[in-house]
Amino acid sequence: MRFVDEYRDAEKARALAAKIAALCEPGRHYKFMEVCGGHTHTIYKHGLEDYLPESVSLVHGPGCPVCVLPMGRVDDAIALAEQPDVIMTSFGDMMRVPGGRGSFFDSSAAGTDIRMVYSPLDALKVARQNPDKHVIFMAIGMETTTPSTAMTVLRAAAEGIENFSIFCNHVMIVPAIKAILDSPDLRLDGFIGPGHVSTVIGCRPYEYIPAEYGKPIVTAGFEPLDILQSVYMLLQQLAEGRCEVENQYSRVVPWDGNTVALRAVSEVMELRPYFEWRGLGFISHSALQVREKYAAFDAERHFALPGVRVADPKACQCGEVLKGVLKPWECKVFGTACTPEMPIGTCMVSSEGACAAYYNFGRFSRQRIREVSIESSRA
Amino acid sequence: MCLGIPGEVIEILPDQPDLAMVEVSGVKRAINIGLLTDDPPIPGDWILIHVGFALSKIDEQEAKAAMDFLIGIGQAYDDEIAALLESRIDERQ
Repeated sequence: MRFVDEYRDAEKARALAAKIAALCEPGRHYKFMEVCGGHTHTIYKHGLEDYLPESVSLVHGPGCPVCVLPMGRVDDAIALAEQPDVIMTSFGDMMRVPGGRGSFFDSSAAGTDIRMVYSPLDALKVARQNPDKHVIFMAIGMETTTPSTAMTVLRAAAEGIENFSIFCNHVMIVPAIKAILDSPDLRLDGFIGPGHVSTVIGCRPYEYIPAEYGKPIVTAGFEPLDILQSVYMLLQQLAEGRCEVENQYSRVVPWDGNTVALRAVSEVMELRPYFEWRGLGFISHSALQVREKYAAFDAERHFALPGVRVADPKACQCGEVLKGVLKPWECKVFGTACTPEMPIGTCMVSSEGACAAYYNFGRFSRQRIREVSIESSRA
Repeated sequence: MCLGIPGEVIEILPDQPDLAMVEVSGVKRAINIGLLTDDPPIPGDWILIHVGFALSKIDEQEAKAAMDFLIGIGQAYDDEIAALLESRIDERQ
């Protein structure tokens, strides 16, 4: 476990923090967005913000696929599950996500056949085992998950399975970052790029961020030192007047991504003209749909969907949290009306959601953390 | 579903397309390696598994670091491992 210790070494973290502080221009405030929910998790679990100078803040982005699914799509999925002779299959993360008419768990309790699966291949297996039923896979996820769905559709086609389809809700992080850059709400100085998404798409798709928006981006690993190293690399670029895509996680992320995965996705899916993201609204060319060639595996072509747009509950401020405008603890219902046990918003449902990460690690504002440490030192 | 879980390839299953037997957290499961056809793994290689598919090859040290990260996550990791252990993508089972 030497390597792990090396990446966790608090002394190294403090040394890196000192280098970070030395790079900060006096009087300037830096705001970096970590796009990926896994990074958000590491930041709060290890209290990384406490290692950073006051002038550097990290804001979380929309990189949690469960969190960005709009309520109307959850209602559509439940409507599919309610069709006669349908078995709906879904990742466990989706089960508690509330739509306008409740969640998958609520629907299942009311009598629909909704089954949790680990892999889309498990959903395909359910289809093989139930030839008299139509089995739908609730396909969600960003670039990391999409190739698995595409490969499963290709497998179903190769085997000639006729009772299987997907309800495709796959979204792409790159257009979402662009939407955030175009939004007037937030001034950002750079991005900590997603790790596992980048194993699939590589680093090239981010090149527009420095080229068109003049912001640096560094793809990062998930260890605490990976994140601090990425912040250091971002500040170094700014200090040297550079603006590039850099790869801190090159031990896992190839610059060109996984070309087999990209080919599979492009064979089965194509861009949707537009798609709604919770909190970000409609973003053009930000999601995928099944190509005509694989129409037989597209639940949206098999069944008529309500397709109703459902507004988020008024009290819920997930939208602002997903855009990085609000910290979770600044939301009016955080930790009171909205908890992981009784979530109002999606950011509290998924373990990768910013609110759940904050809640689970008991982190509030830096001010509050300081107050707690002063109180405990007096005690 | 967003978690990447490291596993060690034990055996490539010759009679089934794209499947390998992989040891994850001390348990053997069939994992699809169809996304790694450009650089296929062999027994002894470590891979990063995502919803039943190997997404990339990693070295053993990275695998240990990834596992340490996951164990630190707590409940979400327990749920993911429980789901993986329920998974039976191997068609013979």
